[in-house]
Amino acid sequence: MDLRKLTAEQIRADLLQRRYSAVELAQAALEFAERENPKTNAYLHFCPERALEAARRVDEKIARGEDPGLLAGVPTAVKDVILTKGVRTTCASRLLQDFIPPYDATAVARLEAAGAVIIGKTNCDEFAMGSSNENSAFGPVRNPLDPERVPGGSSGGSAAAVAQGTAVVALGSDTGGSIRQPAAFCGVVGVTPTYGRVSRYGLTAFASSLDHIGPLSRTVRDSARVLQVIAGRDPRDSTSAFAPVPDYLAALNGNVRGLKIGLPKEYFEGLSDEVGRPLQEGVRLLESLGCTVHEISLPTTPYAIPCYYIICTAEASSNLARYDGVRYTIRSQQATDIIEMYAATRGEGFGAECKRRIMLGTYVLSAGYYDAYYLKAQKVRTLIARDFAQAFQQVDLIVTPVSPFPAFKLGEKIDDPLQMYLSDIYTITGDLAGIPCMSVPCGRTRDGLPVGMQILANHFQEALMLRLADAFERAGGFQL
Amino acid sequence: MSTSTQSLVSPEVLARYEAVIGLEVHVQLATRTKIFCRCPTSFGDPPNTNVCPVCLGMPGALPVMNKRAVELAIQAALALNCRVNSFSRMARKNYFYPDLPKGYQISQYELPLAEHGWLEIEVDGVTKRIGITRLHLEEDAGKSLHEGFKDSDRYTYVDLNRCGIPLIEIVSEPDMRSSAEAYAYLTKLKQILQYIEVSTCDMEKGHLRCDANVSVRPKGSTKFGTKTEVKNLNSFRFLQMALDYEIARQVAILEAGGTIEQETRLFNPETGQTAGMRSKEFAHDYRYFPEPDLLPLRISQEWLEQLQARMPELPDQKRQRFIEQYGLREYDARVLTMTRPLADYFERVAQASGNPVESAKWVQGELLGALNEAGKEITESPIPPEHLAELVRLIDSGQLTGKLAKEIFPKMFASGEPPSVIMEREGLRQISDPAELERLIDEILAESPKQLEQYRKGKTGVFGYFMGQLMKRTRGQANPQVATEILQKKLGQPT
Repeated sequence: MDLRKLTAEQIRADLLQRRYSAVELAQAALEFAERENPKTNAYLHFCPERALEAARRVDEKIARGEDPGLLAGVPTAVKDVILTKGVRTTCASRLLQDFIPPYDATAVARLEAAGAVIIGKTNCDEFAMGSSNENSAFGPVRNPLDPERVPGGSSGGSAAAVAQGTAVVALGSDTGGSIRQPAAFCGVVGVTPTYGRVSRYGLTAFASSLDHIGPLSRTVRDSARVLQVIAGRDPRDSTSAFAPVPDYLAALNGNVRGLKIGLPKEYFEGLSDEVGRPLQEGVRLLESLGCTVHEISLPTTPYAIPCYYIICTAEASSNLARYDGVRYTIRSQQATDIIEMYAATRGEGFGAECKRRIMLGTYVLSAGYYDAYYLKAQKVRTLIARDFAQAFQQVDLIVTPVSPFPAFKLGEKIDDPLQMYLSDIYTITGDLAGIPCMSVPCGRTRDGLPVGMQILANHFQEALMLRLADAFERAGGFQL
Repeated sequence: MSTSTQSLVSPEVLARYEAVIGLEVHVQLATRTKIFCRCPTSFGDPPNTNVCPVCLGMPGALPVMNKRAVELAIQAALALNCRVNSFSRMARKNYFYPDLPKGYQISQYELPLAEHGWLEIEVDGVTKRIGITRLHLEEDAGKSLHEGFKDSDRYTYVDLNRCGIPLIEIVSEPDMRSSAEAYAYLTKLKQILQYIEVSTCDMEKGHLRCDANVSVRPKGSTKFGTKTEVKNLNSFRFLQMALDYEIARQVAILEAGGTIEQETRLFNPETGQTAGMRSKEFAHDYRYFPEPDLLPLRISQEWLEQLQARMPELPDQKRQRFIEQYGLREYDARVLTMTRPLADYFERVAQASGNPVESAKWVQGELLGALNEAGKEITESPIPPEHLAELVRLIDSGQLTGKLAKEIFPKMFASGEPPSVIMEREGLRQISDPAELERLIDEILAESPKQLEQYRKGKTGVFGYFMGQLMKRTRGQANPQVATEILQKKLGQPT
């Protein structure tokens, strides 16, 4: 078997035909991943016992003639901000370097119930804050396509693991583009579902009103399969939706003829040639599939970056307060009283980007500033959502670039936070509006770096979005 | 007034000022489980046993609202005449404290559950309405334990069992003008909340906690003085002591030409004084913002109506009904409606006996007296209401004299037996048979020639002597009316 070529669908078929067992596949995947890892640092830790246990359960089910699940035996990587019972979950932070969660995230439990074999936890930016995966306390991740370059962030480890073939699918999390941007940088598929479509229970909170869990994979089909498994109401997450989960795989019927695709002019103005040209070719491919293309306008787009960085930092400043040295985090030994203990623990534990966001968020929520920043940003957010709602009265789906540039070099932007924040310019609007969006590979730059196409859909229209992406992927033959 | 208060300022000076008091009361809602998770709310369990990822503030854990807590809070709001907002929202109150695992408390801020309520108090016969500014839902924090553990000299221990216990905070208007009014307000609030079973209001278990905002001003002034917030008023006695002290302290400062510092002060029950807290302990900017993990609370008219319909009778309504339905006096009705178990007890006696007025006398007199002496609550009464009702019926039917009944009562209280059983065993029964009484009276008259002589000479007071002898001989069982008639007939008119 060539792990780099396997899909979830193929694995299921192979297992049912007894071409290999789930345990054999898990062992091979673990061995391959551990061997490859020094090249990319995509994984922070592996969980062979848990993986083999899950694989054994799949083999037993097959032996008993039971349905082993949609993701039977699929080697899966999980971003280390998503909790795994008994398996260290660090959020790529020193603070949680020894944290062993006492419970599983709902998405993790659902994956394993569907037969997935979680082999390890992937590296990311600390507490999912970053766009390059350079903010990990345990070292950056390197892009498997070019080790001098970043894999994107914050789900850089998940994207790299899928791109290098050590995992067939991965879970990432997305608050402002953290699934789609690394997917684009590594040439894989990444899906951010509608806010509320996938339970956040067990996802370490960065910005609660923006956080999503979503799949990364090498094919659209595999992402659809993962989404099928993890989507749906969870009574443990009040913000999870009651809306029924459609059959995403059945929706991938290739029928995209007549779909109206909107191209928001604000997303294409000033776009570099490097990214713009592959994207134009992608749009032409969509037209050749029978879609019609329409220029639309999302006029509040210029306000998205400040709006996003106010809301996400405000929520982060509160969400990160619990890492205080009292319970499950490391505790500074430098302190003699409680206030010093907080300050020293957090001072030693958080990296620079987390500190920056905590300070920004604390500031915008402060007495006297709340109305001018947080409240205003919430109003802008409403307007951004309204822009999309209006656009979806005219078109079925919206297509944009994922990132203004392809994977950049390690260290290139790390000292310029504003430049780094601009990486998210095309991805944060989807999160702010709470709509589903995804990145699908769309060719390469002249230098051979992958470029992603972003598809955005109206609330709970994942099926339509995935159908277009699947048709596009098959027509374009975009494979790593 | 305590001595510490008198030493601050003389009663004459104090009388020239009036206090302005508002209370913030935290009440634990009587739910079985916590507000955002399914951990039990039970009291007194070993530390950190009623906890889960949600109330421990583990990464990734999310709160889910306990519907019962919302219902109880709404019922409290309705009982306190509040307007329940059809749309309200939870908010995060951010501050660092070891017993606050998330680093924020989930509470309500700009959109509370209910507003604009009131309740009525009565002090010295004067009825007064106290405004309620707002009532909101929130979670309790854990408990920091500074003593009693192995390394308590170096560490503080934290018990998170209380973390996530559902509370309502009830904030009054600054409408109270004395510690007596504050006492009456808290009493009434407790009475109402217990009545509607929203809370047990058990202060010893921390189910009812109170902070006060206090300022003083010269009588006649309409401007508010600078206020202080007094914390740790966790009994009714402490509330009154602390307020009296704080009022006198502020008056003394103003009299000496000083100014009041706006601050938080802690009441120390051992000294009876309040003392300022270090500013570090309370100088917070809580950075409230809407809780993104919970949906807003939308309360439909339909739900409100359902809850209103389920609402039990409130104390004031019950008191009025007792007066109208049972013909009780205002005072008796007030005493008997003091708590819901007492009112329920009385009603069962009244209904079973068919004589509410007499039932009221027995419940309020003998029963409450005996319970008080035994240190028992009405719910622990050894006499079930049916037994007391039987006693009242036995009196009404002439089978027992009042005197005999009072003799039987302590035996009922001691043994828990019905009065009929005690009467049977001890042969206690009223003698109303005229023939038997006549025979006894004849005997007494025959044995008392001297007294008979005196009576006949006009010393009518001797009548009582004969009755006394009769009662002595019958151990009080003679029916006094029948006996009197016979005796009068026998003695005839004095000459």
